[in-house]
Amino acid sequence: MLATIGIPDMEQLFEEIPLDLRAPALDLPLSLGEMAIGRLMRERAEGDTNGLCFIGAGAYEHHIPAAVWEIAARGEFMTAYTPYQAEASQGTLRLLYEFQTMMAGLTGMDAGNASMYDGATGLAEAVLMAARATGNPGGKILLPESVHPHYRAVVRTMTRDLDIEVVEIPFDPVEGRMSLKALNRFHGQKVAALVIPQPNFFGMLEEVDTLTDWARHEGALVVGVVNPLTLGLLKPPGQWGGSGADIACGDGQPLGIPLSSGGPYFGFLCCKQGLIRQMPGRIVGKTTDPAGRTGFILTLQAREQHIRRAKATSNICTNQGLMTVAASIHLSLLGPDGLVQTARVCHIRTRALVEKLTAIPGVTRVFHGPFFHEAVLRLPKPIAPALARLARLGIQGGYRLGESYPELDQTILVCATETKTEADLDRYADTLAWVLNVKEG
Amino acid sequence: MSQTIFDLSRPERCNSQHIPESPDEPLGLPERFLRAAPPPLPRVSELQVVRHYTRLSQLNFSVDTHFYPLGSCTMKYNPRVCHQLVSLPGFANRHPLAPVESGQGVLRCLYELQEMLGEIAGMRAVSLVPMAGAHGEFAGVAMIRAYHRARGDEARREMLVPDAAHGTNPATAAMCGLSVREIPTTAQGDVDIEALRAAVGPQTAGLMLTNPSTLGVFERRVGEIAAIVHAAGGLLYYDGANLNAVVGRVRPGDMGFDAVHFNVHKTFATPHGGGGPGAGPVAVSERLAPYLPVPVVEKSLDDKGREWFSWRTEATLPESIGRLASFAGNIGILLRAHVYLRMLGVDGVQRVSGFATLNANYLMARLIAAGFTVAYPQRRATHEFILSLEPERKRLGISALDVSKRLLEFGIHAPTMYFPSLIPECLLIEPTETETRETLDHFVDALIAIRQEAETDPQRLITAPHTVPVPGGGLGRLDATLAARKPDLIWKE
Repeated sequence: MLATIGIPDMEQLFEEIPLDLRAPALDLPLSLGEMAIGRLMRERAEGDTNGLCFIGAGAYEHHIPAAVWEIAARGEFMTAYTPYQAEASQGTLRLLYEFQTMMAGLTGMDAGNASMYDGATGLAEAVLMAARATGNPGGKILLPESVHPHYRAVVRTMTRDLDIEVVEIPFDPVEGRMSLKALNRFHGQKVAALVIPQPNFFGMLEEVDTLTDWARHEGALVVGVVNPLTLGLLKPPGQWGGSGADIACGDGQPLGIPLSSGGPYFGFLCCKQGLIRQMPGRIVGKTTDPAGRTGFILTLQAREQHIRRAKATSNICTNQGLMTVAASIHLSLLGPDGLVQTARVCHIRTRALVEKLTAIPGVTRVFHGPFFHEAVLRLPKPIAPALARLARLGIQGGYRLGESYPELDQTILVCATETKTEADLDRYADTLAWVLNVKEG
Repeated sequence: MSQTIFDLSRPERCNSQHIPESPDEPLGLPERFLRAAPPPLPRVSELQVVRHYTRLSQLNFSVDTHFYPLGSCTMKYNPRVCHQLVSLPGFANRHPLAPVESGQGVLRCLYELQEMLGEIAGMRAVSLVPMAGAHGEFAGVAMIRAYHRARGDEARREMLVPDAAHGTNPATAAMCGLSVREIPTTAQGDVDIEALRAAVGPQTAGLMLTNPSTLGVFERRVGEIAAIVHAAGGLLYYDGANLNAVVGRVRPGDMGFDAVHFNVHKTFATPHGGGGPGAGPVAVSERLAPYLPVPVVEKSLDDKGREWFSWRTEATLPESIGRLASFAGNIGILLRAHVYLRMLGVDGVQRVSGFATLNANYLMARLIAAGFTVAYPQRRATHEFILSLEPERKRLGISALDVSKRLLEFGIHAPTMYFPSLIPECLLIEPTETETRETLDHFVDALIAIRQEAETDPQRLITAPHTVPVPGGGLGRLDATLAARKPDLIWKE
């Protein structure tokens, strides 16, 4: 091959790199063979004990049918590129068309895109989209504190350098959700969009109809942030209030994606008809070939960075493709009955968990009102040592809310999904009772 | 043939094994919160699902099944072992908010990856959070803005971008509230230094540069470019899309860059997944380190002298640009990159760029010998090069699109077409280091055969593809105009 190129050795291949820029000998580990790396990684994975997990807070342990990753991990899905060459990518493209249909159906929207990175960036993009759609200079974006604190942090990061005013709305300390009273402070001001989480970060159900109608009355768009699993039961954003929300987004992790320390997950973003051309990211559409046969293709690409460059709706290029493969297979296996029933069991299990835990002296629910599959509990002892002790006993007891809400320092957010049995709930309750009884030191 | 999963649905069908047993209790939630009808999902059997999606997979080209010489995308082999080890239950089942005590294994891997990436970049500090290349670009440009803001240098609102840059560069600058000024390219494929000199000033936030550039050549005067931008008060961003060409041989930090993103789904062999997920970790110089996106992994020693891994957040990185992800990024992908890098080791890293460059130069030499035109024949190709079919268009009336579509019928994925737009009728060709010489020869033979066909049977070429070699394939060229004019984006009964 060197002779074909006409050079004596491999070093000649790099002759154009100035000598003074050549890298020094790198300080990297020595190469490992497949057997050695296998031993190393297994040792590390086995040290990571996960125990019985009652943490939710944006990532949820659900049963994943065996067929999901058996099929999603096929090389033809996993090692394909972005389907720019449509004729060589009909598998991915048709699947994405199905995925868009499923997500639009779940959220009650007219269309969806082919994924965002995760729930937080999905919300940030939805906020940018709402700001674009309502003109420049736009009005305020109202972002309730009952939205996941990390999502709000990402919205802050992604709007900091733009002319977009994001105002956080405090939650009602009794109900743990947004109140009309807090919103009415903005009555008559220019509001571009209201973000409504359902269920919210505390697991509470927001009064989505009233809130949507309020926003509509103020001339604002409504962005729903939803957990797709709960949409088996909960009213889809497209049907909130008199008009429905305009944009729905969220994290698709509950649909067949392993917890994996936080990613890869995928974000979804759906909208009403009139906003389709404002959407970020890839979109698949149906079309035909010269013989009239149906095929699928990436479409509306004039919104995207590789065509529009600085005027694109977003810089997103690579998305979370393979995760949408898993989610589509997952939703097809569950079907409507499976999704509805999973959501139902999650709610009933969490209700039972709350009953069992609040039967322990000193453990109380913090907020009043209906919740879905997470709840906020106050413990009579300092939270961090209690959670650490629970973890040592094989139970991940919940999320310490004081990390994000100083006013909730004495509380944890707990979650029980369909993966937890009655016996698991009892084990948590018994262990917590023991932990709270143990004298410190 | 174009059936969707919805077409297979029947109202009476369900998969009872995927319906969890429900306690016989009322739901008890107020009606106003509930949906009126069950969600519109397909009702199909498990076998139908498995067969439908297996068949769909077979309609794809993929690295596992086809040669994919896609320029600027680095479609190399994705080692199976990376996928298998990352799927171990200890990694796959760990909750992102679980205490670090129960995650020392995964955190140690991530810390090692940070260290290895920092060394490869020649940079001071690394954040693994960004979830794709463009996301890494956002992190980098947001850090550059934060740096200028912290110095009270608010007037720096313009980002310089070469005209041949990836679309994500100007799009990212715009998302960070910057305007974009394009810098032209010389006839030799270098950044026009005089134009750069004239463009920089007190408004310059920085320059985003890909090196080797998207033109498939190494930017030889990069040291001078860095000096010009720095002297004007701007910073330099390195788009790591083409790092595979030089990994282990030259480092962005040594070239004078202040921030770099890696595309681990290119250089570090994590699968492309039909569009993602990837990961776009960022590495930065000393002066940008305070602004890294959080969380980052930190190592300390506990009271017994053992290594201890934990997260640094805004609390200990108060000047951070903040969070960019729900949790800590695409950890499952980052772990794959960790496995890959540990397997490559210190010598393997250089072998990657060596053979990637060898393969590209071999292909280019063979195509030149066969009478094709490349964009910069006087230059050494990097890991990719540009073929221009402009002579063939003039002589035979065929386009780069025709050739791309016809290549599919040879079982070869088309190269990147019409990018960069500076070169007419271009194909950007990147064979990667993991292909054999036989595969490269097959590609050359296919191009020669197609050019011949342009003379003997041009109709065959300009109507390609007829039969894409996948089971059940055989679609002709799809109508993109129709798709955009009347968008049909979801299945309807």
